[in-house]
Amino acid sequence: MADPLIRLEHIDKQYEGGQGLIVPVLKNINLTIQAGEFVCLMGHSGSGKSTLMNILGCLDAPTRGDYFFEGRLVSGMTSDELAALRNRKLGFVFQGFNLLKRMTTIDNVALPLIYAGTPRKEALGRAQEKLVETGLGSFADRLPNQLSGGQQQRVAIARALIVHPMVLLADEPTGNLDTATSQEIMSLIRGLNHEANITVILVTHEQDIAAYGKRLIRLKDGEVVHDAPIETSFA
Amino acid sequence: MNTPQVLQEAFRALSVNRLRTSLTMLGVVIGVCAVVVMLAVGRGTQARVNQSISSMGSNLLVVFPGAQTSGGVRFGAGGAQTLTVADATALAEIPSVLRTAPLVSRSFQLAYGNANWSSMVTGVTPSYFPLRAWDAVDGDTFSDADLRSNARVAVLGQTVASQLFGDESPIGMTIRIRNLPFTVIGVLSRKGQSLDGRDQDDGVFIPLTTARQQLIRSTFPGSVAMMLVQARSAELMNEAQTEVTELLRLRHRIGPNQEDDFSIRNLTALAETAAIAARAMSILLGAIAGVSLIVGGIGIMNIMLVSVTERTREIGIRMAVGARQRDILRQFLTEAIAICLLGGLVGVALGLAGAWAVALVTGLQVEISLVSVLLAVGFAAGIGIFFGWYPAAKASRLRPVEALRIE
Repeated sequence: MADPLIRLEHIDKQYEGGQGLIVPVLKNINLTIQAGEFVCLMGHSGSGKSTLMNILGCLDAPTRGDYFFEGRLVSGMTSDELAALRNRKLGFVFQGFNLLKRMTTIDNVALPLIYAGTPRKEALGRAQEKLVETGLGSFADRLPNQLSGGQQQRVAIARALIVHPMVLLADEPTGNLDTATSQEIMSLIRGLNHEANITVILVTHEQDIAAYGKRLIRLKDGEVVHDAPIETSFA
Repeated sequence: MNTPQVLQEAFRALSVNRLRTSLTMLGVVIGVCAVVVMLAVGRGTQARVNQSISSMGSNLLVVFPGAQTSGGVRFGAGGAQTLTVADATALAEIPSVLRTAPLVSRSFQLAYGNANWSSMVTGVTPSYFPLRAWDAVDGDTFSDADLRSNARVAVLGQTVASQLFGDESPIGMTIRIRNLPFTVIGVLSRKGQSLDGRDQDDGVFIPLTTARQQLIRSTFPGSVAMMLVQARSAELMNEAQTEVTELLRLRHRIGPNQEDDFSIRNLTALAETAAIAARAMSILLGAIAGVSLIVGGIGIMNIMLVSVTERTREIGIRMAVGARQRDILRQFLTEAIAICLLGGLVGVALGLAGAWAVALVTGLQVEISLVSVLLAVGFAAGIGIFFGWYPAAKASRLRPVEALRIE
């Protein structure tokens, strides 16, 4: 059988508090995610869901345990290989959007392509296409602070999608948005999963946002306490 | 990401934040500008003093007649008329002595046509001119033959020449010194101010013999007002001074317990004092320049540290979308180099303008040296580049999640 897209084995994550105190955040996480899944991570504050997300997105490294992405051991990768992985295979959407404030919308969207070595002209052309796809075709020359929250999150999604990633990692993408805008954004993300077959991993603490997903993983105090398809969990 | 893209990215980052860019650059500009001006003034002053010193002539001893006591009244130095032309001739034979120049001088009214001018007339021997390293730019100085024949010839300083003759050439003309006619045979080169601020070009030189017999008479045969003695080298100055003293005591028949009837002053000591003062000033200005460099450097360091540190989140975002460490480093390094070089150039331009303005307003001599310019720019750029690079390097080594956490 082919390797799963993502496999976590015995992942621990600890932070060092003061006076040699060790704070465990994740404890012995074992997890497999197949290509095309739509996984929702839920849990209270401090449950470790964001930390798990950051490890999955190669933004952070586990203290112990093995993380395999497409069968390759991530912890054995050089920083350049990690950068390439983030650049080509992973797309991020953050609660706070994380757009570069002083750059125009189109420059923000084109940024991953620039780091992939795409010539600037081509990168801008593809960024414009992506903006049109996400319904922001006429906002290319705006700065992020000239856009609404929903529009900024669409820009962030466009940026995440520009390199055709295999996985979209969304950390509370609707946390700063009102209900109507949240639903728009979630529809957009669900569309990406259904139609473009992009694997989605989404962190949220809202039930109705999680309802867009297909599989729910609940964390409590750094451990997986629930892992089941969504239909059954809301039965 | 290739090099042109790195450059593009860096210049976009600079141009989208003009205020931050220009403030950062301002630190470099001020640092460089201050240093360039300080060093220009310092070097200029030193050069000016060195000129004055070398215009005096090198390795000189001045011999004055000594104090004379007459009926309990002591006259000051130079009161006695014990120094003679024969002394000068004898002193010139000492091995450590290159040449001697006895002289007498007094102020007289000079006249040419309608013009007249009061100036110092000095009777000298022909050796005076090489001793002072003073050449005629027009005509010539007088010869031993002129000296022997008591010729009424005169060599003019630049100031006298222009006061009496204006733009006309004085050569071959006749001037009157206390109504005696003298033929002008030469005009000396410009010497400028002496160390004590006198105009050295305001003077007339005539043969010593002519002066003593026709203008400045003395009851003592052969006596002179003072003489200059030039040693063969700077190292022989002390030896020359000792030998001159011994020979003069011998010639003047001064017993072992008697005081000298002459005094010797070492002009090199004076020149050294002036040179030390100039060097001290130069060092002082250099120190001020150094302090401005350090203060400027700290300013550059601070603003670079702050501007890069506040961009840690930006670095995090860039890394999250796939920037490699070296992409981040090259971008920030390019930004720092661009800021420092541009700031450095503006600083040099302002510094040159500033030095020129200082020269114009204060009349100080300034001298720009390439080394000081390179030093200022190099130091400022070095600091700016290091502190633009270092925090970026630190941030790029963070895990992206840590960089993203920093607001």
